[in-house]
Amino acid sequence: MSILGTRVLRTEDPRFLTTGGVYVEDLVDERLDGACHVFFVRSPVAHARISGIDASAALAAPGVVAVFTAADVADLPTIPPSGPMNKHMQQPMLATDKVRYVGEPVAVVVVEQPYQGEDALELVAVDYEPLPAVLGFDPSDDTLLFEDAGTNVAGWWGNPAELKADLFDGCEVVVSQVIINQRVAPAPMESRGAAAVWGADGRLTAWIPNQGAQGTKGGLARMLNLEPSQVRVITPDVGGAFGAKFGADREHVIVAWVARELGRPARWSETRYENLIGMTHGRAQQHTITIGGSRDGDVLAYRLEVVQDAGAYVRAGGFLPMLTRLMTSGPYDIPRAESVAKVVVTSTTPIGAYRGAGRPEASAALERAIDLFAAEAGLDPADVRRKNLLPAFTEPHRTAFGALYDTGDYVTGLERALAAAGYVELRAEQAARRARGDVRQLGIGLASYVEITGMGEGEGSGPNENATVEVRPDGTATILTGTSPHGQGHQTAWAMLASEELGIPVEKITLKWGDTDLIPKGGGTGGSRSLQLGGAAVRQASQELIEEARQRAAAQLEASPADLVYDKTKTSFNVAGDPDAAVPLTQLAEQERLLIRAVFTGPGATFPFGTHVAVVEVDAETGKPTLLRMITVDDAGVVLNPLLAEGQRHGGIGQGAAQAMVEEVVYDTDGNPLTTSFADYPFVSATELPSFELVDSQTPTTYNPLGVKGIGEAGSIGSTPAVQNAIVDAVAHLGVRHIDMPTTSRRIWQAIRAAGQHSESEHA
Amino acid sequence: MIPAKFDYVAAESAGHAIELLAEHGDDAKVLAGGHSLLPMMKLRLATPELLIDIGGLDELAGVSVDGPDLVVGATTRHADLAASELARAEAPLLAYAASQVGDPQIRHRGTIGGSLSHADPAADLPMALVALGGTVVVEGQAGTRTVGADDFFLGYFETVLAPDELVTAVRVPRRPGVPWGYQKFVRRANDWAIVGVAALDGRIALANMGPTPLRAAAAENALAAGASAADAAELAADGTSPGEDLHADREYRRHLARILTRRALEHETA
Ligand SMILES: Cc1cc2nc3c(=O)[nH]c(=O)nc-3n(C[C@H](O)[C@H](O)[C@H](O)COP(=O)(O)OP(=O)(O)OC[C@H]3O[C@@H](n4cnc5c(N)ncnc54)[C@H](O)[C@@H]3O)c2cc1C
Repeated sequence: MSILGTRVLRTEDPRFLTTGGVYVEDLVDERLDGACHVFFVRSPVAHARISGIDASAALAAPGVVAVFTAADVADLPTIPPSGPMNKHMQQPMLATDKVRYVGEPVAVVVVEQPYQGEDALELVAVDYEPLPAVLGFDPSDDTLLFEDAGTNVAGWWGNPAELKADLFDGCEVVVSQVIINQRVAPAPMESRGAAAVWGADGRLTAWIPNQGAQGTKGGLARMLNLEPSQVRVITPDVGGAFGAKFGADREHVIVAWVARELGRPARWSETRYENLIGMTHGRAQQHTITIGGSRDGDVLAYRLEVVQDAGAYVRAGGFLPMLTRLMTSGPYDIPRAESVAKVVVTSTTPIGAYRGAGRPEASAALERAIDLFAAEAGLDPADVRRKNLLPAFTEPHRTAFGALYDTGDYVTGLERALAAAGYVELRAEQAARRARGDVRQLGIGLASYVEITGMGEGEGSGPNENATVEVRPDGTATILTGTSPHGQGHQTAWAMLASEELGIPVEKITLKWGDTDLIPKGGGTGGSRSLQLGGAAVRQASQELIEEARQRAAAQLEASPADLVYDKTKTSFNVAGDPDAAVPLTQLAEQERLLIRAVFTGPGATFPFGTHVAVVEVDAETGKPTLLRMITVDDAGVVLNPLLAEGQRHGGIGQGAAQAMVEEVVYDTDGNPLTTSFADYPFVSATELPSFELVDSQTPTTYNPLGVKGIGEAGSIGSTPAVQNAIVDAVAHLGVRHIDMPTTSRRIWQAIRAAGQHSESEHA
Repeated sequence: MIPAKFDYVAAESAGHAIELLAEHGDDAKVLAGGHSLLPMMKLRLATPELLIDIGGLDELAGVSVDGPDLVVGATTRHADLAASELARAEAPLLAYAASQVGDPQIRHRGTIGGSLSHADPAADLPMALVALGGTVVVEGQAGTRTVGADDFFLGYFETVLAPDELVTAVRVPRRPGVPWGYQKFVRRANDWAIVGVAALDGRIALANMGPTPLRAAAAENALAAGASAADAAELAADGTSPGEDLHADREYRRHLARILTRRALEHETA
């Protein structure tokens, strides 16, 4: 029986659950002996000119080795904005002349012992001449974040002048809504950190929690003006990332710089407070949607106008809206659809990739739009989806926005989710509660989505990943992968793939990743790419290894390779029909290293899809929402290990529901962050979530031999709009059309009250 | 996230702790469960030079009965109070309040004396004490005094305790079998109350509706005058001065106080 598709328990867990992982802060390595510790003086104000920095008191404090400011690191380059954005919006390594958000690194204090750092930080006196904060989705240009840029608009995706005035002509029903997709914090359990040391040969070794050591190495080399060969990145265990640990941040660069400047190893680990203001945030888009169609539910036209708040510096914020635009029409067949995106800078923490990165935003806007349209037309939102979803297709489908969907059966996904939810019964229960005027009203929310996973680097270069598989004389195997697990379970999954081909049991297969000297190339783990590219490469390398071994075994047995059979149960070749004429794999490995490196290249991105049904209860007196059920179809093609796939879905659904209901990074009107601890930044725990009802659905892709698509982000893409739609639905009969996320009890209560007052004034 | 430098002494007895407090005055702080004090120290909102640890003093822990009162020692952990058969029989509202604090880890460290002394208006046990009309037993160099719940809290994180005084116990009247209600309105299970209401036998206490736990005096008076629970609850926010934060503005808090008071008067728990 094949091991593929079975619930193999995570082989990484015994270590995590007993001795625990080794994160960068825990590292004990003699290369780091005598390390100094780096602390960052961070701006306490949103926007100000720096008129002076006096470090004398800090320098005199116990244990302080050095204090550095922008002038000291002037040899380091500034970081240009990503995407086709205003090139004057450069990010310095340390704030130079100006600070642009609370949390921006202004100076560095280096100490002997970690406990001395926070004392010394308080002694660095920085004079700030405050400037007005630049906030919101439509910041005026009266105050400029970058004077040279002449504007706070970083750039555009698409041309607003090309929006069609007649887009909604002929539509019987047209609805518009401004929707906020609020700023959230990735808040991984492990915050950021680094350890760095330079060798006598002028080579940097840096331990950095990341999502892809090779990308982090590239970033470090670029920002330190080094050749890539002068940098080695080693990845310790990584305690979550959610998109925010890709590449290298300026703090990582500074730690490496300090180690070189002082000629001794340097370490940094971020506090939770720093993490909540210093690590990139996610989402932060405003959507103005307009949707139109016929009274009987045909959606004919849709317009999405995006504003991306990129934060103070244009990092991923420069290209996230490109992905949002690409997915504008989602799983629907909409005859006329268009979208533009504007990127603005504000005096807030920069925006980066966050679980789904641009695609959840597109889904959230579209799924609210479909519900708003259904409500306006007086139709069941399930029927509107049925009517407008693209019919099943097996040949790739090109959308008006240029996305090429590989395979999909969206209607079946919807029907399965509705059936599992008992949709008809739920609507009956809702009607009964409404009729009785119950305090606790029921809401049912749907979201049908399609998303992009395993994208390539760019046009022309197909998405690819490498793997090296080696069988050793002792009967064990080692896999090197260019992907970079940080909770997903690659050790288990990659071992399953190799085991399937080699017959070596999963326990005897070790996975290595994240050391750029061992694995110079790799795309890391993000964008739900790992299994479909990295896993496919493991399969390919394993198969090629068996073929290589077959050649060698044939030579030994003086047989034709075609006459040999590989017996997986014995991990041995024998001549067909003659079990005694056998050569075990171990013997071949003993004679000569048995090692194959393979690169798998796919034809393009894959497009998982699904439908989520959320069932909520809303206390109509207090506004308090409770998530009762989540029923989801998340079709990501063939499932390799249901346990791991369900784990990814669970995490994603929970994270997405949390965005819908509670999470938000909040700034006051002066640009001060108000959510700087876990007392104020409310990520959810298991207590707030129901047990999820996961419906199985597997529509294979043809883009890789495993038939798999990505599952890492899908959960969060479907659940956010499903939960938001459910909450609006729960109070829709009271006249509520829309409630922005997070749908806190206060907002729900206010929406109920506003709707009540509105209808009273209408009747008056 | 690293506190400023401080010294530490494990007190040998309550008397020892009081002596140390008298000696060091404002520079010293009592450490009980540490679940309010240590976070404040890590954020450097508190920078005591000396911590006097009373957390291990058994003489201050435990639940007992003394005449008409249930007596709870100052270092009794929330989890022990919540599980105490005696407390659950004699003052179930108090035991229930303890069970609603934070999460299991917090309940196994935090103490009732610490919670009352910390005087967070959003906290559970201060509100419960006010609802029950209990008293706080305070010891200092000058001797022992008892302070009524309504007089103990002065403002946000402020009590009548002098710098050399220690809370040694809490006394609440035994009210076995008397119906009560408890409403804690939270965003997540382990959060503090956005608004809280505890009600028992005509007394109504509110959490997070002002700088201290408050009595809903107008609603109590209406009840005493024979008003229905629903009508009395309409007055629950009168005379309160709630603050505004990320979770609620004043108007919403007042609204919640009215709804939750009605539910508490109808003996609902949440
Ligand atoms: C994440 C989190 C969630 C929480 N959620 C809740 C909640 O939902 N509801 C709630 O009510 N509380 C909550 N708390 C607070 C918790 O109940 C604390 O344990 C309690 O407020 C303080 O008790 P402690 O024993 O830990 O006191 P400590 O932190 O040790 O001390 C607090 C203060 O009281 C003083 N003090 C302590 N004991 C005495 C004494 N005997 N005499 C004089 N002064 C004394 C200290 O000097 C200090 O100033 C939460 C705490 C955390 C960390």
